[in-house]
Amino acid sequence: MVERQVAEGQTALVEADDLSKLFDVSPPLLNRLLQGKPRALLTAVDHVSFSIPRGTTFSLVGESGCGKSTVARLVVGLHRPSGGRILFEGTDMAAVRGRGAVARLRKRLQMIFQDPYASLNPRWRVADIVAEPIRAHRLLEGRRAVAARVAELLEQVGLAPSDGGKFPHEFSGGQRQRISIARALASNPEFLVCDEPTSALDVSVQAQILNLMKRLQRDLGLTYLFISHDLAVVYHISDFVGVMYLGRLVEWGEARALFRHPQHPYTRMLLDAIPDLEMTGRPRTPVAGEVPSPIAPPPGCHFHPRCPFASDRCRREAPRALATAAGAVSCHAVEEGRLPPVERSLQRAKS
Amino acid sequence: MALDQSGRQAGTAAATGMTARFADSLRRFFDGDIWYSFTHSPVAMISALVTVVFVGAALFAPLVAPYNPFDLSTVDLLDSELPPVWQDGGDPRFLLGTDAQGRDILSTMIYGARISLGVGFASVALAMVLGVALGLLSGYLGGIVDAVIMRIADVQLTFPAILIALLIDGLSRSVLPRDLHAQIWFYVLVLAIGLSFWVQYARTVRGSVLVERGKEYVQAARVIGIPPLLIMLRHVLPNVMGPVLVIATINLAIAIITEATLSFLGIGVPLTSPSLGTLVRVGNDFLFSGSWWITIFPGAALAVLVLAVNLLGDWLRDALNPKLRG
Amino acid sequence: MTPVSGNRPLLQVEDLRVEIRGRRGTLVAVDGISFEIGEGEVLGVVGESGAGKSLTGAAVIGLLEPPCRIAGGAIRFAGDRIDDLPYEKLRRIRGRHIGMVFQDPLTSLNPLYTVGRQLTETILTHGDLSEKAARRRAIELLQEVGIPAAERRIDQYPHEFSGGMRQRVVIALALCANPRLIVADEPTTALDVSIQAQIIGLLKRLCREHGAAVMLITHDMGVIAETADRVAVMYAGRIVEVGPVAEVVRRPRHPYTVGLMGSIPLVGHDVERLTQIEGAMPRLDAIPPGCAFNPRCPHAFVRCRQERPLLEPVELTEAACWLYGEGERQRG
Repeated sequence: MVERQVAEGQTALVEADDLSKLFDVSPPLLNRLLQGKPRALLTAVDHVSFSIPRGTTFSLVGESGCGKSTVARLVVGLHRPSGGRILFEGTDMAAVRGRGAVARLRKRLQMIFQDPYASLNPRWRVADIVAEPIRAHRLLEGRRAVAARVAELLEQVGLAPSDGGKFPHEFSGGQRQRISIARALASNPEFLVCDEPTSALDVSVQAQILNLMKRLQRDLGLTYLFISHDLAVVYHISDFVGVMYLGRLVEWGEARALFRHPQHPYTRMLLDAIPDLEMTGRPRTPVAGEVPSPIAPPPGCHFHPRCPFASDRCRREAPRALATAAGAVSCHAVEEGRLPPVERSLQRAKS
Repeated sequence: MALDQSGRQAGTAAATGMTARFADSLRRFFDGDIWYSFTHSPVAMISALVTVVFVGAALFAPLVAPYNPFDLSTVDLLDSELPPVWQDGGDPRFLLGTDAQGRDILSTMIYGARISLGVGFASVALAMVLGVALGLLSGYLGGIVDAVIMRIADVQLTFPAILIALLIDGLSRSVLPRDLHAQIWFYVLVLAIGLSFWVQYARTVRGSVLVERGKEYVQAARVIGIPPLLIMLRHVLPNVMGPVLVIATINLAIAIITEATLSFLGIGVPLTSPSLGTLVRVGNDFLFSGSWWITIFPGAALAVLVLAVNLLGDWLRDALNPKLRG
Repeated sequence: MTPVSGNRPLLQVEDLRVEIRGRRGTLVAVDGISFEIGEGEVLGVVGESGAGKSLTGAAVIGLLEPPCRIAGGAIRFAGDRIDDLPYEKLRRIRGRHIGMVFQDPLTSLNPLYTVGRQLTETILTHGDLSEKAARRRAIELLQEVGIPAAERRIDQYPHEFSGGMRQRVVIALALCANPRLIVADEPTTALDVSIQAQIIGLLKRLCREHGAAVMLITHDMGVIAETADRVAVMYAGRIVEVGPVAEVVRRPRHPYTVGLMGSIPLVGHDVERLTQIEGAMPRLDAIPPGCAFNPRCPHAFVRCRQERPLLEPVELTEAACWLYGEGERQRG
């Protein structure tokens, strides 16, 4: 049963319903036969459910191997789910058949990638890169109309129309991300999946791109699924936040509430681990252990080896999602009321 | 009227646009690293010059060669076995001497180079098209397509290329009626040599495709909804062609030598259209009877051509390697 | 510039200049920077990509490769010049007195040798211990850096460790000859946030215990705020501001530092728009005359476009900006 935690009055544009994805990472057949190695299945996404209201930004945050990038690729259709569904405006995306219908759906969801150096074809000119969705979906006819639209898009992301004649290698990392954003916007999408779009950028360039993305969201009414490992960026840009650990969504909720009252022990640990830039000298729980390998995760609750509140039940039984004030959390300690409440001050330190 | 004018305007705009982009591309090329590396490498420039001379001579053979060795009216048995012009008995009409029939060696070399280069380029083209196509399919589609193509490639690699060329050529001779074979010998030879070399292209391209496939610009194209075939041709192919050019250049040298070997063994080109290899074989009989020039000059020409192409390929590989660039 | 310890500084960099010889000419990547690190002090060198901080670190350790080279200035370690030493002497100083921690543990550790062998090799090269004693010391070091079951893991290969564990091994390797200075170039950038916190804490604690000074090069201001005593901010090959970390972070002076601090998002800081510095850091072949930051600076005036400012004391810090100081330049 999925609890659809949607704020009053907001319709969900995209929903993940019990989404799962398994990858077969077994050694080749010959090795398995000769060396007796077993099949290895990697559960990258493990029964994840969330919903994203229209016009908001939902962020997925977590460390390496948590599956957030896989979720992004599932939502945008680069992978097929092994279980569960993705709903776009209530329709199951996997049920959409026929080239026309699929193309119409594709137009409405687009993606921005992490690596500004690999996300643009180095042999194509920028104008062709940005025009590709327009041409693929035949949104405009005639070279002049397409060129005009490309110029408009380039200006919208803060570049000059004359930049269209150049090649990607002539631009900096931040400018390339702007080109990626222009390309993503070319088909007039409603929903953008952003996979760590600023992680490879310098912090001042990141500020430019984040400001741009916020402005575009306001001006064009976009909905974002934002993937990141940087909690400060997530705080700045999100309306809702989901925390993932080894394929599972351990907690999600309204952003301010989650950062002020983190419930799940992993969320608390993550927030404590953020370097203290403001030098408040705040007390921190020492972080423990390493992220285990996703191929053989610990049984029961995956986090139990590192959790200060782990019990026997945690080692045996995987926790289920509990509805909270503004989202959901999967933790036995929370359910049993064993967790001390935490109120993190969000006030900026006075200098 | 207005439509006509605007059409013409659009046409001229498009044409000027295209010429402008072409001029721009030329400018970029000459500004680029590869041209810089070329002009600073004497070896590359000399090899390129030599190759261009050979190709030019081969292409314009009727204009360049002093005589047409196939025109029996110009051949006189009395002129047979004349030494090169700088030796005693040499004739200024025949700069490098004549062979046993009285044909001018220089002319036969030029026409021979034509055959050698013709077969060489054609078989490289065939191997390249076939290898790149199969490599693209193999790398991009993966799965069973990849498995099948790669197993075929593996099996073929266990045989030396010459053996495969021999096999195909010999098979065609025994299967096809004699006069048919005499007509299509060129295509059979090109097929034989081309088919023996596609594997290297396929494997290299497959490796590059596997790398490019994981890159985000390919994923972006998938998200946009571009069909796989278009992604392969328009996105991936331009980015994997670099190593292919290097292989093609070195392959050209090997193809020429392979054809020469086959011809030397007597099963390559027919005697009516001798290549450099045939000339070497035919002249071999006269080597120890004193008329050394009949085999040495074609042989030297063959060696110089192959060396030049090889060096050019070496330079190209270093120039295109981003890690070696300074 | 008074170092924290008050004595002669451990590392003195004077007017360092690093050039890159390219096909189209010579580019200046580090343009006359000077700084000092005292004994046991942690100096953070922060800057964005292209600022020249990694090249500075490489110059200090002596690992600059052609086409990069030191084109001017001096680097002094404990009073002696090290930038003009022959390779052999520099190599010995590097192993014994200066330790290195780099970003990618995969390339800092030799994948073909066990961790134990790499540690014992370094210990034996720079000390007088027997093989057995060296091995014992290696196990001790692994325990110090927090590797569980060190006696067993000492014989494992680098690929058998996770990223965070590998970085701990690299730190152990850097410390094993008891160096007086450690140069760490982006030591935590490739690690997850929770591991990052562990490694930073470890580095800080160990360096304090061993009395080693640290030159911490990173683009992450948060790491600097946690770890460093002083910080130098680099821009386009120059140092634009340097001072105690609390001052620079809380009250930045140079407009670039102000912009930089403002562009970092903070949990709890609710702003619609982050501070945005227009434009981008200039490429090495297009550094403007005068102050390198002037085209992007909201306070630029005529002098900024003509004369390059040098570091001037501004209360507790130093900033290279014509907005501060009387403009009296002190030629050394």
